[in-house]
Formats: sequence, C-alpha cells, structure tokens
Amino acid sequence: MTQDPGTAMTKSGYFTDLHNWLINEDFTSTRQARLHKAYVAWLSLLANPLAFAGFAVVVTLVIIAALAPVLTVYDPYGQDLTMALKAPSASHWFGTDEFGRDVYTRIVYGARTTLYISILVTVIVAPIGFVIGASAGYLGGWVDVVLMRVTDIFLSFPSLVLALAFSAALGPGIENAVIAIALTIWPPIARLARAETLTFRNADFVVAAELQGARMGRILLRHIVPLCAPSIIVRLTLNMSSIILTAAGLGFLGLGAQPPMAEWGAMAAAGRKYLLDAWWLTTIPGLAILVVSLAFNLFGDGLRDILDPRNA
Amino acid sequence: MLKPPENILTVQNMSVEFPTLSGVVTAVRNVSFSVGREKVGIIGESGSGKSTVGRAIMRLQPPQAVVKADRLQFEDINLLTVPEEQMLSVRGRRISMILQDPKYSLNPVMTVGEQIAETVILHERVSRKEARQRTLAMLERVNIRDPQRVFDLYPHEVSGGMGQRIMISMMLIASPSLIIADEPTSALDVTVRQQVLSILDDLVTERNLGLIFISHDLNLVRSFCDRVIIMYAGRVVETIAAADLDDAQHPYTRGLLNALPSLDHPRDRLEVLRRDPAWLEN
Amino acid sequence: MTMIKVDHLAVSYGHGDSLLRVVNDVSFEVAKGETFGLVGESGCGKSTVLGALAGRNRQWSGSIRIDDETIGLKRSISQLAKQQMVFQDPFGSIHPRHTIGRTLLEPLEIHGKDNRQERVEKALKDVGLPLNFRYRFPHQLSGGQRQRVAIARALILEPRILLLDEPTSALDVSIQAEILNLLKDLRDREKLTYILVSHDLAVVAHLCDRVAIMQNGGFVEVATKAQLLADTVAHPYTRVLMDGSRGYVASRRPVDTTA
Repeated sequence: MTQDPGTAMTKSGYFTDLHNWLINEDFTSTRQARLHKAYVAWLSLLANPLAFAGFAVVVTLVIIAALAPVLTVYDPYGQDLTMALKAPSASHWFGTDEFGRDVYTRIVYGARTTLYISILVTVIVAPIGFVIGASAGYLGGWVDVVLMRVTDIFLSFPSLVLALAFSAALGPGIENAVIAIALTIWPPIARLARAETLTFRNADFVVAAELQGARMGRILLRHIVPLCAPSIIVRLTLNMSSIILTAAGLGFLGLGAQPPMAEWGAMAAAGRKYLLDAWWLTTIPGLAILVVSLAFNLFGDGLRDILDPRNA
Repeated sequence: MLKPPENILTVQNMSVEFPTLSGVVTAVRNVSFSVGREKVGIIGESGSGKSTVGRAIMRLQPPQAVVKADRLQFEDINLLTVPEEQMLSVRGRRISMILQDPKYSLNPVMTVGEQIAETVILHERVSRKEARQRTLAMLERVNIRDPQRVFDLYPHEVSGGMGQRIMISMMLIASPSLIIADEPTSALDVTVRQQVLSILDDLVTERNLGLIFISHDLNLVRSFCDRVIIMYAGRVVETIAAADLDDAQHPYTRGLLNALPSLDHPRDRLEVLRRDPAWLEN
Repeated sequence: MTMIKVDHLAVSYGHGDSLLRVVNDVSFEVAKGETFGLVGESGCGKSTVLGALAGRNRQWSGSIRIDDETIGLKRSISQLAKQQMVFQDPFGSIHPRHTIGRTLLEPLEIHGKDNRQERVEKALKDVGLPLNFRYRFPHQLSGGQRQRVAIARALILEPRILLLDEPTSALDVSIQAEILNLLKDLRDREKLTYILVSHDLAVVAHLCDRVAIMQNGGFVEVATKAQLLADTVAHPYTRVLMDGSRGYVASRRPVDTTA
C-alpha cells in the first residue's frame, strides 16, 4: 500500500505527521495497527462519494435523534386544535397535523423511534443469525440439517405478512413490532453466516487452532467471527432499510407504534385521510423514510467494497 | 555459449511495464535472447518476470501492460507491429502455449477430442471427419493408448498427466514452430512428469521445433533443456548452456545452485542466497 | 529412546459404501531427536499418516504411542501440546485478520500459559523474525516470513515433536534453503523430533535420518540417509523418486502410458 499523493499534499504539519503515522505499515503497537486499518477504511470511504453521502445521512440521523429536544421548540405531543392542518410556514416548517402538532418536531422525534427500532432489531438479529448459521456450518451433519430446515421455514413466508401475523398475535405496540421484525429478518443472516463458515471451516488456520485444542466456542468467536463480520455487517446495513420500511408498514397498518407516538409510518398513515387538503402530512414522513432507507443502502454498498476480506 | 544455427525468435531489449497507482512497475527490463530449433529454459523465482516474458511473446499480456523492445521478431513476423487480426492466426497455429494446469486451460463442457478437432478446423479448414482422424492420430502420438475412448471424455474425467498430454497434442496439432511451456509439469508427480516430458522431448526433436520452457525447477531445466536463461527481478542475469550450469559465473545463479538440496552433493547446511543490490544495475 | 511408536496403523475416510482406506497397516518407530521422512507421490497416504499423528484424522485403527503415552481418539490438553503441525501453504495456515502477535497468543491462551509476552518475543526471536512483526498482519509478510510465523506458532507450546507437511514446497529455492536451515538449527537446539512429509527426496535426504517411501497407502521401503546418498536403496520405486528429484532422464522411455 502506498500513500496517495493527493490526500497527503492537502494536509500539512501535524496532520501530515498523523497521516504518515497512520499510513505507515511498519507498526510499533497493536493500536497503531488497528488505527491504520480504520484510517485506510476511512480513506476508501472518502473515495466513494455515494457511500460517503449515505454515511453522512446516517450520521446526521443519529445526531438529529440525539439532539431532538435542542432542535425543536414545540412539544411533539402538544395538541392545539386551533392550529390544525396549517400549511408549511416560517413558524411550522413542515406544517401541522390534524391535532395542530408541529410536523417538523414529530419528524425529528420520529427519527428516535426509527433508530430505536432498527438498532434493537439489529442487536437481536445479528447474534441469533450468527450463532444458528455458524453452528450449522461448523458442526455439519444433522445439526446443519435441522437448523437450516427451520431457517427455510421462516424464509418461505413473505416477511411483511409474517411480521403482520406476529404483531397481530402479540398485540400492537412498538416492542412487539421489534420482535416481529426480528423474527422475519434473522434467516438470511443465518444463511449468510453458514455459507461464510463453510468456506473457512477447513482452512488450515482453523485446523491449526483445532489441533492446538481450541474448542468450538473459541473457534467461532475468535476465528470465524472476524472473517464473517464484514459480510454480516454489510448485510445488516442493507437490511436497515427493509427494517425501517417494515416498521413503517406496520405503523401504517396500525400494528406498530401506537398514537400519539411519533413514528414516520404511523404519521403517513394518519395523514392519508387529508391527502388532498394537506399533502405535507404524508409527503414529509414518506420522504424521510425514503431518504434514510436509501442512505442505508448506499452506505451498505460502499461498506461491501471497503470491508470485503477478499481485498485484504 | 552455444550459437543456435537458425533463430525462430529474436528478442532484443524487451521491457514490460505495468502502470500502477504508485507509478510504473517494470516487470521485465531489457531482456534479450534468441531461440532456435532447441529447448531453451527460462529459470527464475516467483516475481522474476519469467511468465511475463512468455506472455509478452504471445502478445497475451494484460491490456494495461506496455511492451517495449528494440526488436521482437518471430520468423517473418514483427511481433511489435503485427495487427491483432493477423496475430490470431499466429497464436495457436505458429506459436503455442502449454500452461501449468490443463484443468483451467480446457473447456469443461466440451469433450477433449472436440476441442482438439476444433483447433484443426479453425486453423486448417478441413472437414469434421478429417479433423477427427487427425485428432485421433495426434492423441496416439502422445502415447494415449485408447484414443477413441479418450476422444469422448470431458476434461474432469482425465487425470493430470493425461490432461497435460491432451494439452500437448492440442498445442502441437497445428504444427507450430515455437512452443512456450509455462511450468507445464509443476502440478504433476515425478513419474507422470517423466512421461509427459519425454513425449514433449520426442515431439520437439522429431518436428524440429523451438521450445521455451519456463520453470522454477533448476534440476528439471538443467536436465531437460539445451540452454538456460536465468532471470532475476525482471532481468536476464545469465545465459548458459545447460551442461555448463555448474560453471555458472553470476553470483545469483551460483547462489541458487548452492541453495538447492541435492542427493549427489549433500551438505550439512544449505547456502543462503545473499541478494546483492548491484544485481539490479545493468 | 522412542518418541513415536506406530503399530499397524490404518486410516480411512468416509462411511459405508464410500469408505476409502487411504493408509494400510503401517508400522514405524521414531527415536527422540530423530527426523523421519515420509515420501511419495500425491495420494499415497503420506499426509494422512501425518494427519492421524496430529489428531486431524480420527478415523484410524492400530496403535499410536507418543512419548510413552498411548494416544486415544480424544487427547488431553498436554497430549495436544506434545506435537505441533506446520502446514504446506503459508498463505492459508495463518488467520488473515489476526496480527502475528494475536496468532502467537492464541495457543498460549488455549493452554493457559503464563509470561505470554515473553513467550511471544522468544518465539519470534527463535525463528529469526524482528519483534515488531507481532503488530503486522499476514498480508504484509512474504511467503517465507509467514512460514516462519507458522513455525513460531508451532514452537510456542514447547512441543517435543514437529509434524512438517511439505513445509517448503510452496516456497522459492532460496527461501526453502533458509527454512530448511532454520528447521535444522531448531532441531539441534531444542532437541526436537521431526516427521517430514515431502514429495522431494532431495529435501527429505537433506533433513532426515531415515525415510519411509510410500506407495498406495503402504511403506515400500524404509531407507537410511546413508543409503539414499550412496544410492544403495533396495526398491526400484525409490530409485524412480530419486531420479525424479534429479530432474528429467532423457534415456528412459515410458513403458505404460495410459494413466
């Protein structure tokens, strides 16, 4: 790996030193080796404008969700029927809804709901999918057959219909929506983890660890996880948009977030009744969903190029 | 040094350059040699540029690579200027290439016989029936005992040694005058290697061809070829008759020879090659 | 003193109809500090014998005794540490996403050893690598350097036996010489016992005291180094392999050519 003259020349003084220290492969500590990897990943993200745009939107979303009270002046739940269905203006950027609540404020707070759902789903799904897939791939035999047939059963249902069935059975509400979405999202992750595990199952370095006495848990965690992680992370990032869309869909059908909670799908659903008179009630949350899911997709695509172990 | 009576191929000051993000990498630098009706070995370690030389002669270098030379003459053809359409009739017909693994060089969905016959039809425009006859004769020539049966086999159904013999018959059926063999036997066991090489040896002698034999195996090249070209870091460091290899002058060649464990000259410690930066200047 | 004693070892792969016997009734003994070679062409079963000794292949019968302990199908942690393996492909035998330091720490953690930093540094020093290599990733190393790391990983548990599976066949001649010299030095310094699998008789004769020539899953002959060097081997197949390591023999014409 050689240093790119373009990026080096724009930096001066301290930053040049830092850049050179980070780009140098003659490591003197584990931390430098790690920082080097992160820095190289960062440089390749900068070199990919679409992925970087996606990344920027995702970061913005996180900042907006974190700073929601600072960014807004109205109460997301405060009703003022005298101000109902006002068009976008200087005081209400995105207008107001049928209860006179500020749509901008609710969009900002809705970012929290969206992130809450997608992060929670991801945190539940990643370990489940990995453990099931990697165990099936590593152990093989009847364990593989049983686990993969269960996965197939889940895969064979359309995900929104399955999520609908679960939410209906568990009762409406955001926690139940999370469980329902998680139940529909894990099978592809498990399949992916199994496929990746199979490619490394008989690699010499895994055999070497086995011959030195490493047990299954150690091999999966220490040896298989670092190799599977990139493709699973990419897959999860690409899944974010479908999580957001499913959550919005459930919200739209009244099975996800319940009123008065600010949630983009539910907001779009509520605005549907006033589609002709107050276009902003459906359009703005719809645009928010579109932008965020697109951003996650672009970012995920870029991550695939950056993290691909075959490029290492 | 042996002087070949008649040159099939003359290479003068050939360089192959690859433009990369960090500047131009010169894989082959100012290489000169000639090949007559003889077996010439090119020896080098990985990254020495020996395979790049073979590909550049076939004009099979990657599209971004730049080949420069004062002269690159194959019989009556100037390989530097000949248009690609004409090159199509040279490649495979007048210069052939045998690669390391026949499994990757043969089309997996065609029987081996059809593939050889295809070569005949393509280059000589004969009838399908005649092509089949020629193919069977050629298969017999490379000591395949039951050519009728082998004709209808698919590449995955033949062993490594048989596959390499099929490759040889395919490469020789168009009667080329120069064969480039790039590590043709490194995937084979010694007994099979011996068979394949003796077939190749017989054919080269019988048809009076030129052979460029690219390999990393010093002992093999020494015992199989007439002359040896030793490459290091893209340069030719020495050209010497195979029989005189033990008297090689260049320290790199001597270093390679001394690094090799040998049944005939056992030594307690193998000599470790000291790479001299001066070797890179020429 | 006997380090390894193998009696009537047979190894197979698969079950039922697809059962394939790869090694048939092989017996040998290796003394402490001795280097024993296994030579043959691909598919002769030489790597399978090594796999059974290492514990990689569990489908074997017969008896294996290592350092006066009978080896069963399951090995204790101390039995696992007794013999270590070095693989053929230096690019596939080291975890691509672990630093060299991580790779060397791994066996120490599995076996609960103390003084880990000192042991890692000693292992790197033993195989002639600079200490700051512990922070590097495998893709920054050459083939020869990686093979040194693989040897360091094998040595770090202080084994008595190294099982070497074609340790130099993927390397250039000059790098092969360095690795063979290193193996020789380590054997003399650490009083190690080696079993070396190779297809090249010259490499085997260089390192080994005795060599078993294998064909079709059995021993054809067990020759001493002196026999090989003096060219007094008994079996014609051994001679074929010896000719092979010398290169091409022009006078010999193939007898049977249908493969």
